[in-house]
Amino acid sequence: MVPLSYYLVLSGFLFACGVTGFLIKRNIITIFMSIELMLNGVNLSFVAFAAHWQSLAGQVFVFFVMVVAAAEAAVGLAIIIAVYRTRETLNIDQVNLLKL
Amino acid sequence: MHLTLFLAFGAVAVAGAINLLAQTHPINSALSLIAVMAALAGEYLLLGAEFVAAVQVIVYAGAIMVLFVFVIMLLNAGVEEHTKGSRVAILLGVPGMLLGSILVAWVVLRHSGTGSVAIGALPGDPRTIGQLLFHDFLLPFEITSVLILIAIMGAVVLASKPQAVQKGRDH
Amino acid sequence: MPLDTLTFVIVSVIKSAITLLILLTAVAYTVWLERKVVGHMQNRWGPTRVGPFGLLQPAADGIKFLLKEDLTPPHVYKPLFIAAPMMAVIFALTSISVIPIGNSFWIGNHPIPLQITDVNIGLLLILGVTSMGVYGVALAGWSSNNKYSLLGGLRASAQMVSYEISLGLSLVGVLIMAGSFSLREIVDSQAGHFWGFIPRWNIFHGQIIGFFCYLMAAYAETNRIPFDLPEAETELVAGYHTEYSAMKFAMFFMAEYANMITVACLATLLFLGGWHGPIFGPRLMQVLLPIFWFVAKVFVFLFIYIWVRGTLPRFRYDQLMAFGWKFLLPLSLANLIATAIAVAW
Repeated sequence: MVPLSYYLVLSGFLFACGVTGFLIKRNIITIFMSIELMLNGVNLSFVAFAAHWQSLAGQVFVFFVMVVAAAEAAVGLAIIIAVYRTRETLNIDQVNLLKL
Repeated sequence: MHLTLFLAFGAVAVAGAINLLAQTHPINSALSLIAVMAALAGEYLLLGAEFVAAVQVIVYAGAIMVLFVFVIMLLNAGVEEHTKGSRVAILLGVPGMLLGSILVAWVVLRHSGTGSVAIGALPGDPRTIGQLLFHDFLLPFEITSVLILIAIMGAVVLASKPQAVQKGRDH
Repeated sequence: MPLDTLTFVIVSVIKSAITLLILLTAVAYTVWLERKVVGHMQNRWGPTRVGPFGLLQPAADGIKFLLKEDLTPPHVYKPLFIAAPMMAVIFALTSISVIPIGNSFWIGNHPIPLQITDVNIGLLLILGVTSMGVYGVALAGWSSNNKYSLLGGLRASAQMVSYEISLGLSLVGVLIMAGSFSLREIVDSQAGHFWGFIPRWNIFHGQIIGFFCYLMAAYAETNRIPFDLPEAETELVAGYHTEYSAMKFAMFFMAEYANMITVACLATLLFLGGWHGPIFGPRLMQVLLPIFWFVAKVFVFLFIYIWVRGTLPRFRYDQLMAFGWKFLLPLSLANLIATAIAVAW
């Protein structure tokens, strides 16, 4: 028996790591990965709550999160490729002008 | 037994998340994120969500992260450079993360009268999940399928070579 | 530790060791079979010198791989360069663990199923592990720091992600008919005959298009001719494993053939009726015949693999992608819809 709160602490820690990565990383791809880490942290708490409330709806939500994450990854990576093609850098500090 | 397994998978997930922040090369970050996802699949198995665990490995680790690795390889991304702004971000971000996680841990553990979860507490077998997905959640399901169709088209449009720009730059 | 847990652990360890031994031997002799069969197709003899019919050739090759110098080129990214072949071989060997090769047999009162573990999401587990297998190839290509290897790795990851969709969709038809993800239940749903003589295998039960979709997607997933673009010798100088030598190269080789065997086992279980076949004779024969049928079907599938290799040329890369997305994916989707309508009706 593991207390529900342990799962929530793990999930919260992963989410916090994701937020930190989003803030401190300078590479667009790594920033994007931090977002995926946040989504994963949230998914864990969904599944833990599903087990706690004895309702499978929590597990179904995880599917929707995954679908949205997949769509987001496809579009986001396409944007990264487009940015790299026009600016030839992946460092977001150098992607700070609206005009080329 | 349950607690041991939880702690083992949790340790892998925490180590992977910290390594993601510590590494400077994106491919190492991507690999540690894959480790986090695999460990989370293990946690889902402990919670009885076997189908979610399988989908986590197939979709996240097997498809989304392959896409990330593919783009890193395609763009030949190198070690990230740090600028003045990023040092400020590290100085503020790392204490912020520690503060945030300690706060969450404190709040959650303080109200830990919420009960505990047995191993395999809620069996999420594919049949039941499928019935939920295609009866109770049919409308959200259809909406996400439209969303993913739009995402496919958007990705194709964004990633395809813009002919006009290409010609303009080549002169 | 309670006695049941102890028994479980001991039985699992023994079964894993036996499975690993059988699998690695099978891998070695698949290589021998391939060299022999392709040799005869090209009017050559294949290996003949080591042992009768060259049967000891795999052992000689193994010793050669172990004793060769393990060269690490200077400009590679070392941690991933070493980890990549290990990842490839680990994922290739893991997926065999849920494959059943026959019914349970009994020791006293304990049923011992002929597979390492029977999980009720067995098929999903195999799909998940094979989808992780792409990392070995992709990271090998990237960490070699060589343009041909990088191209090979890029091609491999794009190809495997593309064909995984068709592979998964071609299996869904079978899943709808069996109503389960457990490989054992899928095989059990194929017992019996139509009109007394045609076996009730899925391939004769409306899934013939699904079978061919699976066949083609599986060739692409295992990087075999005619889809072996990631290691195309003539244009990429062996692609992702150009820089590898000795045991590290042998690991990629083992992973490729272990994947072939897994794919063949999966085809046997899902489409060809698993271990079902004519059973007759004394009691010992009745126990051994199902295993014989299973192995025979896997052998036929592997032979087709080698036959195709000896027959077809390699595609161009754009042809490969167009084939996957514009032909195989719609075909497997149509098969899925047709199966769903037939089952509902």
